[in-house]
Amino acid sequence: MTLTDTTAVTRRNRRRASSSGKAIFRFLVTVVTTFLGLLAVTFFIGRVIPIDPALAIVGDRAPAHVVERVREQLGLNLPLYQQFYFYVRDALTGNFGTSVLTTNPVMDDIRRVFPATMELATIGTIFGSLIGIPLGVLAAVKRGSIADQIVRVVGLIGYSVPIFWLGLLSLVLFYAKLRWVAYPGRLDIVYEFTFTPITGFFLFDSAILGQWDVFWDAFRHIILPGALLGYFSLAYISRMTRSFMLNELQQEYIVAARAKGLSETRIIWFHALRNAAVPLITVIALSYAGLLEGSVLTETIFSWPGLGLYITNSLQNADMNAVLGGTIIVGSVFIAINLLSDLLYRTLDPRTRSR
Amino acid sequence: MSATVDTLKPYSREWLLSDRPTSRHQARLGRAYVIWRRFSENRLALLGLGIIILLLFVAAFADVLAPYNPVQGDLMNSRLLAPGSPGYWLGTDDQGRDILSRLIHGSRLTLMVIVLVAVIAAPIGLIVGTVSGYAGGWVDAILMRITDIFLAFPKLVLALALVAALGPGIENAILAIAVTSWPPYARIARAETLTFRNSEFISAVKLMGASPFRIVLRHVMPLCLSSLIVRVTLDMAGIILTAAGLGFLGLGAQPPLPEWGAMIASGRRFILDQWWVAAMPGFAILIVSLGFNLLGDGLRDALDPKEAGQ
Repeated sequence: MTLTDTTAVTRRNRRRASSSGKAIFRFLVTVVTTFLGLLAVTFFIGRVIPIDPALAIVGDRAPAHVVERVREQLGLNLPLYQQFYFYVRDALTGNFGTSVLTTNPVMDDIRRVFPATMELATIGTIFGSLIGIPLGVLAAVKRGSIADQIVRVVGLIGYSVPIFWLGLLSLVLFYAKLRWVAYPGRLDIVYEFTFTPITGFFLFDSAILGQWDVFWDAFRHIILPGALLGYFSLAYISRMTRSFMLNELQQEYIVAARAKGLSETRIIWFHALRNAAVPLITVIALSYAGLLEGSVLTETIFSWPGLGLYITNSLQNADMNAVLGGTIIVGSVFIAINLLSDLLYRTLDPRTRSR
Repeated sequence: MSATVDTLKPYSREWLLSDRPTSRHQARLGRAYVIWRRFSENRLALLGLGIIILLLFVAAFADVLAPYNPVQGDLMNSRLLAPGSPGYWLGTDDQGRDILSRLIHGSRLTLMVIVLVAVIAAPIGLIVGTVSGYAGGWVDAILMRITDIFLAFPKLVLALALVAALGPGIENAILAIAVTSWPPYARIARAETLTFRNSEFISAVKLMGASPFRIVLRHVMPLCLSSLIVRVTLDMAGIILTAAGLGFLGLGAQPPLPEWGAMIASGRRFILDQWWVAAMPGFAILIVSLGFNLLGDGLRDALDPKEAGQ
């Protein structure tokens, strides 16, 4: 549901921007304020809500001088606005503190785990678009038919099912009972030591290195969580495709195309879908952002060593630096994708270009 | 006035559908009847309504309906019984507790979460949106900037971080979900407000000397309610899923409370051999959120025929 709102936001912002200089200024203001807002909220969560973050680190049995020293190290004796200033400065340089759990700097941890999440979300989005768009087109063309109803119900179930539950059940079925897919994780243990990833995207790396056995193994690991995430983006993409297509099919140029005697297939796939494609790109970008978030629960089920698993593991161990660092990264990527999809829309659709 | 209107039998179909209602009461009932007719044409929406009524009924009479104690099980005789065992329709969990009884009592927790989130988030959104839309200018710019910032956040991750700071528990989970769900309501309320802030009836009230506070409270807010209700209903499923996700991660309701998400988490250990412990609560979540989605879709189509089918 949030995704629809963000489309509304980008649309509104788009309408506001009239001349290009003003537009660029507005765009920068949006980027800066949204990012500062994100930092303000995480600052509030990490520094203001806990009664004493220093106590949270050393425990309540620590002697007073230890607590005092930690307070000083954290800068907690400074006024709040100075604390926030240092917080923003640290965040901009990628310094989110050290993870208590892994003892590494949080940024290093995130850099290590993030490709896994991106790979999963990418597979999910590809899956969701490849199936969701044709389903949406079908539902719009055969509006009110049985096919339309089925697509609608499939989508509604996607909106209503708890992803972690579906993940558990599909693991039982496809891994434990049918043995079609590999067990949770990214690779078999055998390959953990023989395979050195380059970019961290295992499918891509193994294909480049020509290690096709690794590729096949990585594929067997990613297919289930990827398809699961894909189902959620399918629910959203097919619904939006249907509504965009219904909108296009009512336009006069469709009547004109029919009058010219073009085949219905050509009208649907080349004329109507082409016009619906631009808003669809926004939708796909937003669903990608949604999957980055949706991966939090999926990764927990599939022991997928990505950002979501990192955040939840840190949560269980009260590792606030890691949790907030992860939140800032997910939030920043989210904001970046939102803004990018807005920019993309403006570049791709000549109608929205400023005169 | 005219003879035909007077002869209509009160509360009959013709009386309700009359295009010349003689009282405010009749006009309101008539409008409600038209909406209901449009709503009830949609079979899926009726199914959704049925599910929600069933949920309310089960939650209200949980004590009577549940055959066993939801918290205390029979460890001696009934550990991990399969569904269909005598006396235990949906089986039992690892502590010998009847899963059906736990689901029935869990419906109260689900209902509590959605009602409290709606009660906290909807008024915040309504106030922010109407004030921002009616006031315009700087107030509008600042309030909408804040709303946009919250909208740009990933909801679940923000709720996770909030609960991590506040500490696990169902109250904090509710608070975290409420904090992350008000911005869409503010947007909707603002959009509605903008459509009639310059209309004549607002000017008329202004001329009569009403304060901005009174205008927003008595004249703007009531008109925003219907679209807000639709949106809240559509959001219910998302709220249930987020709450279940938090419960699954151990951040929501704490044991031994029969919260559905937490029940799935506790059944995870036995998923290979005793699948029903984790599967049954998931079905409950799926059915209830599907119910809310169907109801919300139906309400939207009935209240706003322009958007119907889109």
